[in-house]
Amino acid sequence: MTDAYLAIDGLTKAYPGVVANDDVSFAIAPGQIHALLGENGAGKSTLVKMIYGLVKPDKGQMRVNGTPFEPANPHAARGAGVAMVFQHFSLFDALDVSENIALGMDNPPPMRELAQRITDVSEAYGLPLDPTRRVGDLSAGERQRVEIIRCLLQNPKLLVMDEPTSVLTPQEVEILFKTLNKLSDEGTAILYISHKLEEIRALCDHATVLRLGKVVGECNPREKSARELAEMMVGQTLHTPSRDYAEPGDVLLTVEGLTLAPANEFGTRLRDVAFELRAGEVLGIAGVAGNGQDELLAALSGERTTKPDAVRLKGIPIGRHGPNARRAAGLLAAPEERLGHAAAPEMSLTENALLTGDIREQLTTNGFVAWSKARDFAGKVIEAFDVRTPGTETAAGALSGGNLQKFVIGREILQRPEVLVVNQPTWGVDASAAAAIRQALLDLAAQGAGVVCISQDLDELMEISDRISALTEGRMAPPRPAKGITIEEIGLMMGGAHDMHEAHPEEANA
Amino acid sequence: MSLIRLEKRPAPSRLLSGLTPILAVIATMFAGGIMFAALGFSPFEAIRIIFWDPLFDPQFGPYSRPQLLVKAGPLILIATGLALGFRAGIWNIGAEGQYIMGAIVGAGAGLAFYPSESFLIFPFMVLAGAFGGWAWAMIPAILKTRFGTNEILVSLMLVYVAENILASVSSGLLRNPDGMGFPGSRNLRRDFPAASNTEIFADTGMHWGVVAAFIAVILAYVLMSRHKMGFSIRLAGEAPRAARFAGVSPARLIIFCLGTAGALAGLAGLFEVSGPAGQISIDFNTGYGFTAIIVAFLGRLHPVGILLAGLLMALTYIGGELAQLMLGMPAAAIQLFQGMLLFFLLAMDVFANYRVRIGTPEIAK
Repeated sequence: MTDAYLAIDGLTKAYPGVVANDDVSFAIAPGQIHALLGENGAGKSTLVKMIYGLVKPDKGQMRVNGTPFEPANPHAARGAGVAMVFQHFSLFDALDVSENIALGMDNPPPMRELAQRITDVSEAYGLPLDPTRRVGDLSAGERQRVEIIRCLLQNPKLLVMDEPTSVLTPQEVEILFKTLNKLSDEGTAILYISHKLEEIRALCDHATVLRLGKVVGECNPREKSARELAEMMVGQTLHTPSRDYAEPGDVLLTVEGLTLAPANEFGTRLRDVAFELRAGEVLGIAGVAGNGQDELLAALSGERTTKPDAVRLKGIPIGRHGPNARRAAGLLAAPEERLGHAAAPEMSLTENALLTGDIREQLTTNGFVAWSKARDFAGKVIEAFDVRTPGTETAAGALSGGNLQKFVIGREILQRPEVLVVNQPTWGVDASAAAAIRQALLDLAAQGAGVVCISQDLDELMEISDRISALTEGRMAPPRPAKGITIEEIGLMMGGAHDMHEAHPEEANA
Repeated sequence: MSLIRLEKRPAPSRLLSGLTPILAVIATMFAGGIMFAALGFSPFEAIRIIFWDPLFDPQFGPYSRPQLLVKAGPLILIATGLALGFRAGIWNIGAEGQYIMGAIVGAGAGLAFYPSESFLIFPFMVLAGAFGGWAWAMIPAILKTRFGTNEILVSLMLVYVAENILASVSSGLLRNPDGMGFPGSRNLRRDFPAASNTEIFADTGMHWGVVAAFIAVILAYVLMSRHKMGFSIRLAGEAPRAARFAGVSPARLIIFCLGTAGALAGLAGLFEVSGPAGQISIDFNTGYGFTAIIVAFLGRLHPVGILLAGLLMALTYIGGELAQLMLGMPAAAIQLFQGMLLFFLLAMDVFANYRVRIGTPEIAK
């Protein structure tokens, strides 16, 4: 351990009611790219905050190059050579790149000199960045470069990166990885936190796995499969949902000629979307976010109405029906955004159960809410879907993403829908919760309901769908049987629609 | 480099949200005291006259105590209605106009039957008053639902329209024919018993408007805590997108909230014109509709809180008048004092929702 740059020994930090870190020990050698793995709530952020001097450990110690390291604040941590790039950037849009960097430095040099140093560092590490550009005009990837260069200017010995790729395009990820590898070659240690197991396998040479605040394993991620890594994180064998391709039943939902103007200037126009959904079937709809997914969900849930015939449930036109009329008819939905759309963050789970459960669970009589019935219904959802919460009166926003998503999906499934439409059902959800949600969707289909699953996660769609289609710029490709389909073929479906779109340049400008 | 930063709390502190009204009152007394001192008045005496003497002074108490309910009644009635909209994110700033229109339509409905003595006249006036306020509030409501206009601006501008209508009818349509040409309607309380809103118990200030205020508080409480409409109102205020997903129609909500607030403000106007004020006159309105906004927020938009806040605000009104009388304090100083109360309440709210941290600025949450 003597050659380690940072050695962590027995760090413990408890918050009221939860031990965030329990006797955590590991070491990072100079030049090592060290992954920190764990589910939401495993204690990764607490650990990183202790290293960066934002949180004081209750017990245990850290050593930097063998000398005790007890940073009282981030300033002290930076003094010892620790730099950190946060998941959420702290930049001022109205200022230019060098002004933003100067603001974050402990002793900024004169602006002209700083601009020169920014240019030097950005060239040296292959991170193109113009110091005179306004941050407001930069892409997410470029903003991250500002943060990274701010760190690099301090000549860090350890760079901590928290979920750095969640905002990047694949091309930007590639550039980032090149930079990190170069830094590593020069002897900078990197502590890399991510959910994306394939990335960790590609980038990191060592991984420490945290579960419920404890170190449960160390490994070389290159020698493990993504599945093995996930199972180390979760601590149980991951259950792959089983799927029998059943004979589909009668047509439940018919969508035909569904065209919808975007709700706002950032929205996407739905163009002549058409599909059929049969009983017992899961229809997967692939596509990169922003290609009409939100609009399609709104058109199906009833938040946006269309011409009556565009949406038919068991032959009955419901295009003009609002959300509650559709619920009464058996068409239920779970939108992508949990906080503020599928659920009201500041309201209790009981109130959130009432939010969509009113009609089918008969939670009101003559307009008066039967709170005890709503509480019972919320309790049933919590029980049936293993939602981890102190109780039904907890605010929805206090739940972790995975738990709230289980609640949101469970709330709809327990209302026995005939058709359920879900958008990104496992987005930002940890592996075990995601598996539970997928299984629940399959079980629902097995009971004879139809499920429309809109998702960006192609693996997920391949796992649960009977038929797969793709949404691109508001157009939907004709669904194809999922059995035997490859990721490349789904990619082609997305591309195929794209070609069609290029044939109408005047619409592209509209 | 160290800055004072505000860090959002994961959930608003319940203790502090309960305490902020009290802290705001204390801060207002403190800052108000400094202002009074700067104006050359003894701060302790001024604050005693405003908060204590109206209730307990042997000389003024018997006169002031009934005034408490007389002033608090309309404030509570209006604020209860406004709070419904405020909870849903619908900002009706024009209660003063709805109050005036309720008074005009209600008084006009009664005066049309002068000098009948039918006991039906007063109930009819109550309905007419509520209708007047409701109809005036429907203007911003319909403009908002149809054309997406801003209800803040429209409702506020309509206050000035209503004031001009008030000036017009008090010297025209509703002018007392026996009034020697002076502007102002017949005095309902004095000259028209069937249309007068009399004190229910002598010397308590308890008139029908106060009864209506108490009933409104109870109904609003039941609506907000037990009824689906109250749930929809809260949902729309906290998460508008979730409300739409839950099937709440924004247009219906706007019509309901503005309509209810308008009707209650109209009722307040009718009870005022037929009781304490007695007649339609150019200076009939005294700003209850605006003060009720403060009352609604001071009461944390909660019906019971509004009840208490209305009484407190009424106290500052009465105490303020007493201070003008006793100390010769300018009326503007009293208004400033009331404004401070809202300012401090909103400022204190920040502490319920945010934690103050002193530290380096680059730390993200």
